[in-house]
Amino acid sequence: MPAAARRGELSFALTLGGVAAVLVAAVCVAFSTGAYPVTPGELAGLLWAKLGLGGAAVAPAVETVIWDIRGPRVLTAMLVGAGLAASGAAYQGLFRNPLVSPDILGVSSGAALGAVLGIFASLPVLAIQGMAFAGGLLAVGVVLAVASAIRGRDPVLVLVLGGVVIGALLGSGVALLKYLADPYNQLPAITFWLLGSLSAVNRDDLAALVPPVAVALVPLVLLRWRLDVMTLGDEEATALGVPVRVVRVVVIAAATLMTAAAVSVSGIVGWVGLLVPHLARLMVGPAFVRLLPTAVLLGAAYLLAVDTLARSLGPVELPLGVLTAVIGTPVFLWLLAFGKRGWS
Amino acid sequence: MSARLSVEDLAFGYGERVVGAGVGFTVAAGEVLCLLGPNGGGKTTLFKTLLGLLPPRGGRVRVDGEDTAGWPPRRRALAFGYVPQAGAGQFPFTVREMVLMGRTAHRGAFSAPSVADHAAAEAALERLGIGHLAERDWLRISGGERQMALIARALAQAPRVLVLDEPTASLDFGNQVRVLEQVRRLADGEGGEGLTVVFSTHHPEQAFAIADRVALLHGGRLARFGTPEEVITAAMMREVYGTEVEVVAVGADGMRVCLPVGLRRRMG
Repeated sequence: MPAAARRGELSFALTLGGVAAVLVAAVCVAFSTGAYPVTPGELAGLLWAKLGLGGAAVAPAVETVIWDIRGPRVLTAMLVGAGLAASGAAYQGLFRNPLVSPDILGVSSGAALGAVLGIFASLPVLAIQGMAFAGGLLAVGVVLAVASAIRGRDPVLVLVLGGVVIGALLGSGVALLKYLADPYNQLPAITFWLLGSLSAVNRDDLAALVPPVAVALVPLVLLRWRLDVMTLGDEEATALGVPVRVVRVVVIAAATLMTAAAVSVSGIVGWVGLLVPHLARLMVGPAFVRLLPTAVLLGAAYLLAVDTLARSLGPVELPLGVLTAVIGTPVFLWLLAFGKRGWS
Repeated sequence: MSARLSVEDLAFGYGERVVGAGVGFTVAAGEVLCLLGPNGGGKTTLFKTLLGLLPPRGGRVRVDGEDTAGWPPRRRALAFGYVPQAGAGQFPFTVREMVLMGRTAHRGAFSAPSVADHAAAEAALERLGIGHLAERDWLRISGGERQMALIARALAQAPRVLVLDEPTASLDFGNQVRVLEQVRRLADGEGGEGLTVVFSTHHPEQAFAIADRVALLHGGRLARFGTPEEVITAAMMREVYGTEVEVVAVGADGMRVCLPVGLRRRMG
């Protein structure tokens, strides 16, 4: 490897280390924020003890806060943020557009309709999450099927437009259910879900979230070099030896699985999947081998910080989706004005 | 000399629409074939069919005698290197990263570039004289530099046939000459066996300057195939382009050029 490339590796390692440090800081702040603050020392002590390495005993109340209340929420926030950022990074490369977010193919609209249907039918929470997950997968499945039925046109364009129209259709379904829903019970629950929140997550949610995110991350990591080539468009990628159809379907499946799992736990949280990969690209460049880990860590840190703000800013919890938008819009405008590197 | 690339009775088109048919020619290793023809004559469609980006409507394409029908993209990429008219890259990769992508077909779907891949990319950059651009942002180099980098990428691919779609389009005069020199050099090889090069252009002088063979594509048919001197004649240019030209030899080495007859007079 030439010297210049080695210098690049070093500066990437430093950047990634910096992002990891920010994540650790966000974790410490998240644990020490709330009705029962936990110090980093207590957190480290408990982890040490759980790993069987001895250490000072931790008060049972602290253990409950860490293990049953704040811990699952912190880890869920990190996983949701990481998953949304990773799928956003993959989609931006795949659709050759730095402004694409993971819900471009309708995964969020499908998940929303599934969840809203579940709430409308007064199903238990677990079933609502299951319907959100299934709705997200189903919506993208329909878009893929439509796109593969339409031949002879630019496949990426067909996919994106298909996603937009199917998403709009699903959105009108959500609107209809809101109109029909019981305004005292169901409508607030629907609104709450659509705005996104982690206030109700527990260990079961976390356990349900880990497998799909982990499984979906595998093909993205494995295909990291092929994803770079996919950003050149179908013709160039094919001429360079990439089976573009196969790669595209695998990446869409992985990103959809990840996003559907995240959204079914958190509700609709916009902006993370669009903004975080973009910021990560500004920091480490477009090569997926560096972009993916950076986006994952940055997404985890970002959503954890936003969730900590959401539960500490006011007397009641603020919806996550509102906060990500309020923070996302100025950052996005700043990028638009000064962050030329990602566009052209 | 046996044919490196042979095209037999090829028919090509988009979907149901057949753009051209009955095209056949052969090119040997180390030879440069120039594809000439008016706009809409089917040059780009023919290229895409050669590269396997479009399925042939009939006939076959052989490389070293082997029929390329049904080849997966990776096998094709080891035979054909493609230099598109304008690289479609939208993201700020460095020139080195972009050239390294030329090695995609040489490794497994999940593998990182090997030491050999890095070395091939470096060698391609050096051979095209753009080593100094390696760390530059792909989106911030000039059109001429980008064309050189795309050729370097195709070279890193180590193909047997190099296909360039109007490599000098939208380049300034100096860059046009530099690109053509490089193309000829790649066909001549450096000690070893040269590449077979197929390129398209709108300038007949370029065929006289560097091509061994010229294929003149008109209305989806191969109007003429042969040496530049055989193919590019006043009669042929009138027939295909509908314009009066004079083919004259100029300069110390007597290179031929096409001059439009009476253009000045007609313009008043």
